Amino acid sequence: MKRNALLINNARIIDPAGNVDEIGSILIKDGVIQQTGNNITESAPQVIDATGLVACPGFIDLHCHLREPGFEEKETVASGAAAASRSGFTTICCMPNTNPPLDNAAIIDYVNIIAARHSSRITILPVGCITKNREGKEITDMTELAGAGCAAFSDDGNPVSSSRIMALAMEKAAVIGLPVIDHCEDLELSRGGQMHDGWVAARLGLKGIPATAEESITARDIALAEMTGARLHITHVSTRGAVELIRIAKSKGLPVTADVTPHHLTLTDERVAGNPLSPGEALAYDTLAKVNPPLRTAADIAALVLGINDGTIDAIATDHAPHTLEDKLCEFEMAAFGISGFETAFGVLMTLVREGKISLNTLIARMTMGPSKILINKFGRTGSLKAASIADIALLDLNREWIVDKSNFLSKGKNTPFNGYRLKGMVVATIHRGEIAYRHS
Amino acid sequence: MSMRETKHPESGQGTLIPAAIESWKHKHVLDLDDFRREEIDLVFEIADGMAEILARDVKKVPTLRGKTIAIMFFEPSTRTRASFDLAAKYLGADTVSLDAARSSVAKGESLIDSLRTLQALEVDTIIIRHPCSGAPYLAARHLETNIINAGDGCHAHPSQGLLDIYTMRKHFGDLTGRKLVIVGDILHSRVAHSNIWGTRNFGMNVVLCAPPSLLPHGMKQWIENCGLHHISLEGNLDTALEGADAVMPLRLQKERQQSGLVSSIREYIRLYQVNNERLSRAKPGAIIMHPGPMNEGVEINHETAYGNKSLIERQVTNGVAIRMALLYLISGGKTR
Repeated sequence: MKRNALLINNARIIDPAGNVDEIGSILIKDGVIQQTGNNITESAPQVIDATGLVACPGFIDLHCHLREPGFEEKETVASGAAAASRSGFTTICCMPNTNPPLDNAAIIDYVNIIAARHSSRITILPVGCITKNREGKEITDMTELAGAGCAAFSDDGNPVSSSRIMALAMEKAAVIGLPVIDHCEDLELSRGGQMHDGWVAARLGLKGIPATAEESITARDIALAEMTGARLHITHVSTRGAVELIRIAKSKGLPVTADVTPHHLTLTDERVAGNPLSPGEALAYDTLAKVNPPLRTAADIAALVLGINDGTIDAIATDHAPHTLEDKLCEFEMAAFGISGFETAFGVLMTLVREGKISLNTLIARMTMGPSKILINKFGRTGSLKAASIADIALLDLNREWIVDKSNFLSKGKNTPFNGYRLKGMVVATIHRGEIAYRHS
Repeated sequence: MSMRETKHPESGQGTLIPAAIESWKHKHVLDLDDFRREEIDLVFEIADGMAEILARDVKKVPTLRGKTIAIMFFEPSTRTRASFDLAAKYLGADTVSLDAARSSVAKGESLIDSLRTLQALEVDTIIIRHPCSGAPYLAARHLETNIINAGDGCHAHPSQGLLDIYTMRKHFGDLTGRKLVIVGDILHSRVAHSNIWGTRNFGMNVVLCAPPSLLPHGMKQWIENCGLHHISLEGNLDTALEGADAVMPLRLQKERQQSGLVSSIREYIRLYQVNNERLSRAKPGAIIMHPGPMNEGVEINHETAYGNKSLIERQVTNGVAIRMALLYLISGGKTR
């Protein structure tokens, strides 16, 4: 028997891809799932008793920032990988807004080389730029980037403003067969904006980022997807209007998918004005709640939840955006956008399950099967526990209560708006390609 | 020390500065949203005493002798800065002015670092003006020193709000049922913001009149969510002015036209300029106020600005009294 055989016993196995929710065992050999169920007779040198735990496919994050190369003070591939792994993630896609940006094969190779050092723990898939230097002017050599192993194309926070360039890039992406990950923002409408353009922005005297800034580009790029046949993945959807546009696109059978972040599902723009953990304080101007797209309203959250439940939204992605203390400890208008999201993702999302807004199985589906379908098969059979799938597994303790303490983050980015939150539901182990990548001590 | 009742040596009558201000709870003055009516009345009561001092030949009293007040302005200002500086000096405090453009801020020092340096220099109060909304809140959260907001971005300008209400109060007496019309660039106006909060417990009706591009999109919901029932919105200035007791045009910055928020100054003048012809719709005794600096001929015409209904210069004088009162109260808050 091979040394790396592993048996997980007595787990509540939830595998939305196989429509499974049952108590049983999982047998893993050579990094691949051999068998799942109640009638496993074989044993293995390593046995995990998962009584009381949920075993599900490892989480897949379509959107994170690892900051390397160029911004190693915010995060490195090593620190990001450790943070993601302890949070149940087994595959993560890192965005190309590094310095230099991931706009040529050499830089993709560089990230892949660093990522390979952590390959025992997590699979890191770089996302290549749509345009050179993310300037929206000249399209990258997308074929070469794909050859170097990028999983998708995106200019992320610098969305391509020119409709013509975007159309040309999507035509190329359609030929290559990789998705375009789209941060939808009309930079003209959002210019100078600091937070959602609503009553809290008016109250705080901050310039707003209107919902229409997201919706106009969402509509444009859906139209371009229809024209080019490219696979369009709309990331971090934040408004009700955008959810409706995506729903219509899907009903027409267009190759459009979408994800949403844990923070957009749980926090509103009011969080910028005050921390619920310290009520009665003066206006917070809380830079930890400064994120792009901005935290929206309760009505938007309701629409996002509906989108998760009816399948309009395929995936949950963290948009993990680590920053230094200095990036956030300043005037609101000077502060960086972004939330360090890996380590609170599952616990925060479980609040939605506990409130009855989404089911546990739907949550897991949107963190596993959903994103796995958006990545092409080249990157392995992930997102499922069916036999012959890659043995990427998260073990979850749904009843474990914990208090978010940013000082315990493995990410260098301590920029979380959830610090001090009492959460219920914790990742207790992560198995990547059959190896125990993380185990809670 | 200086919190005793102050009798001015050269004067027979005492200046009525109360010895103990038990009802004053503010460590900082950031905006008027957390001011109760009694607290505003207290500021006004003390400002009355300060106005008396200002009316004298020798304006200096020793009330804040030994106190150091830092005036830290991160954007250009002449009148507010001079007003605070004189207010502090009339009360006997020492002031140190820091011009952000010339200080180490220009070298990339963070706001908190600059302010911590001031704290380490043992200043008692920091008066801060900053182009970023919320900057004084950041200061208040990270410093022990008293902070007075002298204007933050598009957010608040509490001393201006107080002096505006004080000016109306002195003129009208009771403000119940009085109608104030604030006209112009509400979106960028910290003065409007502080007046919105400051007026809420005076029984006034405050009408905001602005082109849609210069009104925050969330304004209506802000009014509803915060229960600001005294505020209403009216896009048409002639309608807004019907029966008005006080009219406050706001400065229209030229760059609003460059950025397209105002399509032409000519159109703006036609729709929103406060002038004597328009004012015929207001009550006969209506007054004109302006937070300054004015763009004469744009938001207000010359005759109106300097006419007999104008209290604009009175506002400036009252501003010193209000700021003296705030400095007095803030310092008193600290010694306890």
